[in-house]
Amino acid sequence: MSIFDGLKFRRVNSIIHNLDPRIKFIYVIGVFIAALLFLQIIPLVALFLLQLPFVFLARVQRQWMRSLRGAAFLAGFIFFINIVTIFLGNNYTVTPSNIEGALSMTLRFVVLVESFSVFFLTTSPDHLGLALEQSRVPYEFAFAFTTAVRFVPVLAEEAQTIMDAQKARGLELEKGNLLKRIRNYIPILIPLIVSAIRRSLELAEAMESRAWGACKKRTNLYTLRLHKGDYVLLGITAIIVIGAIYAYFYVSIPTL
Amino acid sequence: MIEILDIHYSYPSKIEALRGVSLTIKDGEFVAIMGQNGAGKSTFVKHFNGLLKPSVGSVKVDGVETTKSSVAALARSVGFVFQNPDHQLFSETVEAEVGFALKNFGFDAKIIEERITAMLELLSLSQYRKTSPFLLSGGERKRVALASVLACDPKMLVLDEPTIGQDHEQKEKLQQFILKLQEQGKTVVAVTHDVEFVAECNPRVVLMREGKIVADGEGHQILTDPAMLEAASIVLPQIAQVFTKLSAAGLPKDIIDISEAKSVLLKALEKRKQ
Repeated sequence: MSIFDGLKFRRVNSIIHNLDPRIKFIYVIGVFIAALLFLQIIPLVALFLLQLPFVFLARVQRQWMRSLRGAAFLAGFIFFINIVTIFLGNNYTVTPSNIEGALSMTLRFVVLVESFSVFFLTTSPDHLGLALEQSRVPYEFAFAFTTAVRFVPVLAEEAQTIMDAQKARGLELEKGNLLKRIRNYIPILIPLIVSAIRRSLELAEAMESRAWGACKKRTNLYTLRLHKGDYVLLGITAIIVIGAIYAYFYVSIPTL
Repeated sequence: MIEILDIHYSYPSKIEALRGVSLTIKDGEFVAIMGQNGAGKSTFVKHFNGLLKPSVGSVKVDGVETTKSSVAALARSVGFVFQNPDHQLFSETVEAEVGFALKNFGFDAKIIEERITAMLELLSLSQYRKTSPFLLSGGERKRVALASVLACDPKMLVLDEPTIGQDHEQKEKLQQFILKLQEQGKTVVAVTHDVEFVAECNPRVVLMREGKIVADGEGHQILTDPAMLEAASIVLPQIAQVFTKLSAAGLPKDIIDISEAKSVLLKALEKRKQ
């Protein structure tokens, strides 16, 4: 469950935490687009390094490392699958550029995890909800989204309890071949889904009994306003995206 | 037999849940572990079947260190029923749910069948054999969870909050059921807040507070000691409250059980008549 730890918000006072969530989200999308443009190692490494200052400015290195460690398995899996499919589809040979391609695919995933991790680590669920509302997303949807984000750690904890309960009945998760191991997770997933649905129904009842949705027009105690830092970040995002598009069309990027 | 020697346990979040706990539970004992929320009760009993391993100290189940054994192996001798049955029910039928652990331990199909029948009979669930466990009421689901653990016939049974969500009749059944298990020589450990339930069963009581054991002894001694109970945020059982107030009239204080209370009171009334 360490990957969830890497997404859990922690209240720290830093420049990054105080940025407007909307701009931060635009930044994440910018990085996302830039990462999808390239399949060469060098620009992806650059994108990866580009985000390190944010991590350090936000002082979330530890949690951020944890999310990367959580993603390591999936990253390894992506690399492995890429290499295997190239190997099988290429008359059982692998060229250095094939390896670069597979590495880039993996790195692309790592860059995405990295940027989303920074976003979620530095944005409180309340801010996220505010951002959605002020972007004219209907309140019902904004609320559903923030509630979902808020319940991730709760579900992670519940998954741990369920695993304990099934282990106590002799379930061995790490036993058997790949197919068996996947099947081993059924006794974990079903109770988790059932209790999540039960919990959501209970939450809905509790909210309705406290007059949720009684007023059509809502006001907020806090409103989001853009500050200097937000414009700077917006500028950085624009530079990244424009730079990436320029490099994509006009620069021949050296490969391995 | 479980021997626990000076164990400490800290969660990854650095919260120290256990700070030096030692306890020996002999075969066939019935132990109630009580204490306020966050006293470390659940953390403590999770060491009994190796779900948690102590940071310091040792836990031995029948002479085997839990650190040298897997949970699955320990689960054969230590059954663990979790508080919330919804954390373990997943099968399509009650029958399959009860047979799950037996299948994991590789029992014969025939034995599994027999055990399921016996367990459903024992916990009055026979009519739900082919029903989905999700359609049952809370109390029934709790009994299915209990049946699914008992089906493997563990030597020792750990129950986490067994009385929550059970009506009075079911509680009484549970009490008789625990007594029956004890007659078979099984060890039962119950984590509970239900002081009336404990008073009725009169087991050995272990009180915990802030990760330590603060009292350990007979039910009628511990449950009639107001200072001790207050330290663990537990109120006296109602009968004990009555007898504490009556102690000025020369009645004994350490009464927690209805039948005992009745005979003591009758005796006192007789005396007064004479």
